[in-house]
Amino acid sequence: MRFVLLMCDDDASWPTPEEIAADPEHQSWSAQMRSRRILVDGGQLRPSTEATTVRVRGDETLVSDGPFIETKDLIGGFAVIECPDLDTAIEVAASHPVARSAVVEIRPFWET
Amino acid sequence: MTDEIQAAVAAAFQDEWGQVVATLIKLTGDWDLAEECTQDAFAVAVDRWRRDGVPRRPGAWLTTTARRRATDRLRRDAVGAAKLRLLAASARGDPSAELANDEVDSDEYGDHRLELIFTCCHPTIPFEGRVALTLRTLTGLSTAEIARAFLVSESTMAQRLVRAKRRIREAGLPYVVPPAADLPERTAAVLGVLYLVFNEGYGATSGADLVRRELSAEAIRLARLVVHLMPGEPECLGLLALMLLHDARRTTRVDRTGMLVPLDEQRRADWDAAKIDEGVHLLDTALKLGRPGPYQVQAAISACHATAADVTDTDWSQIAVLYERLATLAPSPVVELNRAVAVAMADGIPAGLELVEALERDGALAGYHLLPATHADLLRRANRPAEAATYYRRALDLVGTEAERRYLQRRLAEVTAPSP
Repeated sequence: MRFVLLMCDDDASWPTPEEIAADPEHQSWSAQMRSRRILVDGGQLRPSTEATTVRVRGDETLVSDGPFIETKDLIGGFAVIECPDLDTAIEVAASHPVARSAVVEIRPFWET
Repeated sequence: MTDEIQAAVAAAFQDEWGQVVATLIKLTGDWDLAEECTQDAFAVAVDRWRRDGVPRRPGAWLTTTARRRATDRLRRDAVGAAKLRLLAASARGDPSAELANDEVDSDEYGDHRLELIFTCCHPTIPFEGRVALTLRTLTGLSTAEIARAFLVSESTMAQRLVRAKRRIREAGLPYVVPPAADLPERTAAVLGVLYLVFNEGYGATSGADLVRRELSAEAIRLARLVVHLMPGEPECLGLLALMLLHDARRTTRVDRTGMLVPLDEQRRADWDAAKIDEGVHLLDTALKLGRPGPYQVQAAISACHATAADVTDTDWSQIAVLYERLATLAPSPVVELNRAVAVAMADGIPAGLELVEALERDGALAGYHLLPATHADLLRRANRPAEAATYYRRALDLVGTEAERRYLQRRLAEVTAPSP
């Protein structure tokens, strides 16, 4: 099954890419999940202040700055994983460094 | 003759339902299909067994019938192709042909009830859904019966089951026994569900609650099953022992008028000695495994009560120690409250009152009627009727069941009666 792990936290607490690159915990998680052929893709997002929201109403394209969702916890990064079942996905998510300080949301993809 | 067949089908329902459903889920991966085909198999059995006699191995016959029914239905269903391939691995014989009395597709379907229990009680399913699903799939209670037992409408209960099954299907829950590393935690989740089912039934007291009382019997059956499937797990043994020791006192807890009878006034001769013996024996077996846990400690407390000749003969210091142990294994203010009662019996009422007063200051049990009720009982026994009355009134404001309300009213009347 394919799942996406959404790393949710307060915008202010996100480390920079340099900090993540230098963080042995993040690096070892990625290396381990790649070697287990679980990690398919992943990435880190810039803060929500740099988000742009688009909606089309009638013929008009409305563009605004900032995130659509107004909450404290925002998605700061994601990982797409491929594994047999939810129990494995939980184990993978629980071993991610973000799970210890913030929240990792696991969402299964629709199977097509 | 007919009655004999009906009895055989009823017995098979009790013994085999869970196993047939568990195997069908394993074979098809489809929970609804598994349930429906199992139901069909029992319907077929009623007619066929009457004509041909009860098969030598009813369980294998029912599983084969249900499996063939599933194959048949998936063939007619365009999206069933993938599931059909799953089933084909175990296929033998023509699924649409009538099954002979001694014919089965496989000699060994295996027992998949453990996979079923662990999946039903997966921590990512909402708790209410776990309880409903466990009863529906493992015991075969109908949605209507489960709804009545939990005092909700049938449509509410049906919704709960639908959501739980959707969760299993869509969220990617595996149909497996968890690996050793997760086993203690996942077993605790299973036992938590069974204990809730038991307590729902045990708390029911009045005649109208008969359906609910059935829940205790179902919980004991399920606990026996879990012990059978995981014989080396001391907490499973502990929970079964605890249920039996409680259940042994069931009939003496309420008098003929529905009034709650406190422990010190229960007729101990009416306690079920066989259940007490079995509970104590199971507890001994569990304790010998050397891995104590909250259910074993609670069973030990229950055994202290169940094996004492009367209240004065009860080993209250031992009970107080066990509650202290329980508080370290599973800290909770309710455990503290029970400890206070045991301490009052072992070390005198002032020591118990001190603990109760600390709990009142702490505030964690605000709104729980047993805190003021216990406080009132201790004050009554300390010969402080006026203060006791205040706390009985407070408890009456919070109490839920009718039997408990009447008990508290009786006590309130006692402490407010003018002395002779």
